[in-house]
Amino acid sequence: MPRYFTQDHEWIDVDGDTGTVGITDYAQGQLGDITFVELPEAGAAVKKGDAPCVVDSVKAASDVYAPVSGTVIEANGALDSEPELVNTDAEGSGWLFRLTLSDPGELDGLMDRAAYDGFVAGL
Amino acid sequence: MSEVDTDSEFFEPETGTLPLDDWHSARGGRMVEFAGYWMPVQYEGILAEHLWTRESAGLFDVSHMGQLFISGEGVEAALEAVLPIDLATLKPFGPRYSMLLDEDGGILDDLMVTRWNSGFYLVVNGATKWDDIAHLREHLPDEVTITHLDDSALLALQGPKAAAALERITTGEWPLSALTFMKGGQFKIDGVEAWISRSGYTGEDGFEIAIPAADAARIANLICEQPEVKPIGLGARDSLRLEAGLPLYGHDLSPEHSPVDADLLFAVNKRRRSEGGFVGAERVLKGLADGTAQVRVGLALEGRQAAREGAEVYAANQKVGVLTSGGFSPTLGHPIAMAYVDRAQAAVGTALEIDVRGKRLPARVVAMPFVPHRYHR
Repeated sequence: MPRYFTQDHEWIDVDGDTGTVGITDYAQGQLGDITFVELPEAGAAVKKGDAPCVVDSVKAASDVYAPVSGTVIEANGALDSEPELVNTDAEGSGWLFRLTLSDPGELDGLMDRAAYDGFVAGL
Repeated sequence: MSEVDTDSEFFEPETGTLPLDDWHSARGGRMVEFAGYWMPVQYEGILAEHLWTRESAGLFDVSHMGQLFISGEGVEAALEAVLPIDLATLKPFGPRYSMLLDEDGGILDDLMVTRWNSGFYLVVNGATKWDDIAHLREHLPDEVTITHLDDSALLALQGPKAAAALERITTGEWPLSALTFMKGGQFKIDGVEAWISRSGYTGEDGFEIAIPAADAARIANLICEQPEVKPIGLGARDSLRLEAGLPLYGHDLSPEHSPVDADLLFAVNKRRRSEGGFVGAERVLKGLADGTAQVRVGLALEGRQAAREGAEVYAANQKVGVLTSGGFSPTLGHPIAMAYVDRAQAAVGTALEIDVRGKRLPARVVAMPFVPHRYHR
């Protein structure tokens, strides 16, 4: 299953026309201790670059942008009681939401793992 | 992703470095710009540092704060003409909380005043220190000298185990344990002269320690070698002071507010409330007599979503106030906030709502401190 990355530190796993979105391990390290995640509702239509999700840390609230456009299928309900999953497993069980992609062509502008690692190394 | 509500700035003066700059970096401190200096926001993480301070002891570098020594002929009367303090009741070596007010009674800064043998030692906020010096110079007569002790570093050791850790490495005419809350004295740490007071801004027992900048790294190392102590960054300093209900200048205090609506009347000493005679007295005395439209209160939020500075407070559909600080309380496990609200909505127990990005979060007015103080009285 290919995984793509954005310059704003989101990741998206793509399986057919379904995408799973989260923030990267680098991003959670920058944010620090996460205390709350505001998740989108199933059925919500999002456009690439929208901020359907907000991650609250002890320090600040940060927008999470949609890497691609689509319709939200479900959010990660486990984060309601365990928002710290985003710290401990940002690129696994700390995923944020799934969506149905409306324009898979939007993936073309995203980075692969090697490109993202190079991007982070340059920050 | 990106930080919400980031202010853009057109002009930024060059950021200064403090005596422990290298020391913080070597210990993994994540350095950010604060009050004009590079300072550590965190080391291992804000949550862990917060909880460590509450259960053991944390070392904070507060060298950005301004340390001033005010002396000269007539200093006592001159200082009373500026500050709402009663120096006749201020015994030597015990710091007391006070404020600099503008002509309209607005708060320019909050500060600590200590009587030393030949004058007064003031500790003021870092971001405001240059304006404070200018304000003091303008209002003090020429015979009174303001000395900026800028070759002095300032550390704070805070937490229930701070006393045990510091006493082990401190010598003096009397033991460190002779100090109770808001008392101070001259001591030595590893041969270095240190002005130590039993005070701080976390709500915990603890000490503030002024030492020569040249010795700061060695003394900070020695303190952190004590098993009870870890270095703590600005992030936890903010969450700790918020839990303690202590206002932060530039956020909860500003020229917009007077000591009356800030609910800090203890900073205006009793004799001065009747006599006045300090800069800004007119508005303060009027506020005392007539009350103020709003007052600073504590709010406890339900759930886990935090509300932050600038969020509006509502009673039904009526806007009744604005948050000046807010965040998740690691000790309590829910978000807390400070706000200025209309007096009609300020009673403890009043149910209110806070607007966070269009969503209304339920909140309740609660007494401060949110987490009980544990001072050594």
